Amino acid sequence: MKILFEKLDIEGIQSYEVYRKNGGYTSVEKALKTLTPDEVTEMVKASGLKGRGGAGFPTGLKWSFIDKTPGIPHHLVVNADESEPGTFKDRYLMSHIPHLLIEGAIVSSYALGAELSYIYIRGEFMWIYKILRKAIAEAYANGWLGKNILGTGYNLDLHVHCGAGAYICGEETALLESLEGKRGNPRMKPPFPAVKGLWGEPTVVNNVESIANVSWIVNHGAEAYSAIGIANSKGTKLISASGHIKNPGVYEIEFGLSVEEFLYSDKYCGGMMDDRPIKALIPGGASVPILPPKYIFKTANGEDRLMSYESWSDGGFETGSSLGSGGFIVYNDTTCIVRNTWNISRFFAHESCGQCSPCREGTGWMEKILNRIEHGQGREEDIDLLWSIQSMIEGNTICPLGDAAAWPVAAAIRHFREEFEYHVRFPELIKDKDHFANEPMEKIRSRMMVNI
Amino acid sequence: MEKKEYTQEINITDELMAKINELISEYPADKKKSALLPVLHVVQDAHDHWLSVPLMDKVAEILEITPIEVYEVVTFYSMYNQKPVGKYHLEFCRTTCCAIMKADELIEYTCNKLGVKVGEITPDGMFRISTVECLGACGFGPMLQLGDNYHEHLTKEKIDKLIEDCKEGKVSLF
Ligand SMILES: Cc1cc2nc3c(=O)[nH]c(=O)nc-3n(C[C@H](O)[C@H](O)[C@H](O)COP(=O)(O)O)c2cc1C
Ligand code: SF4
Ligand code: FES
Repeated sequence: MKILFEKLDIEGIQSYEVYRKNGGYTSVEKALKTLTPDEVTEMVKASGLKGRGGAGFPTGLKWSFIDKTPGIPHHLVVNADESEPGTFKDRYLMSHIPHLLIEGAIVSSYALGAELSYIYIRGEFMWIYKILRKAIAEAYANGWLGKNILGTGYNLDLHVHCGAGAYICGEETALLESLEGKRGNPRMKPPFPAVKGLWGEPTVVNNVESIANVSWIVNHGAEAYSAIGIANSKGTKLISASGHIKNPGVYEIEFGLSVEEFLYSDKYCGGMMDDRPIKALIPGGASVPILPPKYIFKTANGEDRLMSYESWSDGGFETGSSLGSGGFIVYNDTTCIVRNTWNISRFFAHESCGQCSPCREGTGWMEKILNRIEHGQGREEDIDLLWSIQSMIEGNTICPLGDAAAWPVAAAIRHFREEFEYHVRFPELIKDKDHFANEPMEKIRSRMMVNI
Repeated sequence: MEKKEYTQEINITDELMAKINELISEYPADKKKSALLPVLHVVQDAHDHWLSVPLMDKVAEILEITPIEVYEVVTFYSMYNQKPVGKYHLEFCRTTCCAIMKADELIEYTCNKLGVKVGEITPDGMFRISTVECLGACGFGPMLQLGDNYHEHLTKEKIDKLIEDCKEGKVSLF
């Protein structure tokens, strides 16, 4: 079952004419002519759609929080910042079928009573920024944007705004600051954007994929949407698959597919690259916990692990992880977990905006300590030190980037502690940058056993 | 160490000004500052991909904001350059998904090939190599960004070809 990619293979679907000819923009007609804004919000609520940007907050519920005070402007801001390592789905959607996002943004803006909305796209996606600008111009030219749309009296201006290289601008309040022409420093919450958002006015920030789902919900009804998927994971999800697999790419899956099938079926990842064994997996972008094989395919109580919000978080962070943004990163046995954790820590240290000391200092320390462990200068105490630093960041910061930096370190130590110990005990054996590349884990383990 | 001073000729052409005004028109009239990030992009693109202090001051003047508001933004975001970056700025992703596809080796290869270290410009001003964080091309690494374009699934052969093509002026940046 495909919702977002239903029409992806139609030749020329990027263009307005082909998109329109294939049923594009019908949800705008239906919503503006036959539904009230509140009815659209109710539909989205009833569909069970959850935010696809990472946190999974119910979209319709978020919309219902918006301050409806008449006389003040309201805004929808679409989050197309897509910077979470391992995630490249929004880019795929926007570059292949840009009008799907624009159509969804019009209907969503209508539901929110917004007359001025923006798509915030990361600056590096300049080529997609240009695709979107062209598509928006086409939508204006054909009467889907502007004044008195379809003669209904509803006015909407939609523009695309580009960032300039800063992961933190994906965080919704940093994004709003950036849209106001400032540094991307997250704001304290509350007030939430639904009360005080862009320029202090009520604003809803939603991910590209969330908004792109709205047209289908309006066209087919909430019930049809919520019939797809499993438990409270309704509809489909775009998964960006990368790493040591045969077919990296973006796949639209129905929630409830088993992880095993997703990884090994030729329809999706196609199995492991060069048929090497899997060592670890990050299911939802670099900020969610990494898992070892025993928790990838099964949950702690032995059930099949499924591609869904509930299944990935089953067991909490002890034995589970999070669906996050759907950035599915697969690592084979040649991967050094310490090196990889250092890489991810360096990313967060680089991307911290620096406002809160636990995040600014903690991410820097973690990066330094991991760097020295990876390069054979680590001490046994460093592993506990890392653990203690990450625990001091979590929950003590203005925005969740601090948590996002802490979790991957915690998970790597929790599940792969022996690799950290190996690094501090055998510095001479990890000198080669590709340590582990040619050494099976069993051999490493047996060496560790002998020396304990 | 000697600090090198760079100078830049400011040239806000009519064509550039039209682009700037189009961007400004996308925000409420009393919220001109919101156009700052997109405006800096088009101004930088028209000035050899970097922003000198006088150029930033000019942007402040156009948007009717203080120069410090522009400096704050330019120093925060990684895509604005405060120094010349060479004609062809090769920005390699070094984050996890690209790293495990051996981005490091490719970066080293390119550095050796051009005889520069990461962050340096070749003496002829043609190439600069940088490393950046995830560019949202994680399934197609190793990769680099050159101008507005992504070059994905890179190999040493593809790097050779890309550099040749740049030298022959066959690579478009926009
Ligand atoms: C550090 C950080 C980076 C984020 N990056 C993104 C991003 O690139 N794209 C995105 O949609 N949401 C991102 N988010 C989540 C947003 O803050 C916000 O929750 C989301 O855009 C809401 O949309 P949704 O409800 O449709 O998921 C990020 C959050 C944090 C803390
Ligand atoms: S947690 Fe980190 S990124 Fe977020 S506001 Fe604090 S310092 Fe900035
Ligand atoms: S990790 Fe290189 S593009 Fe995402």
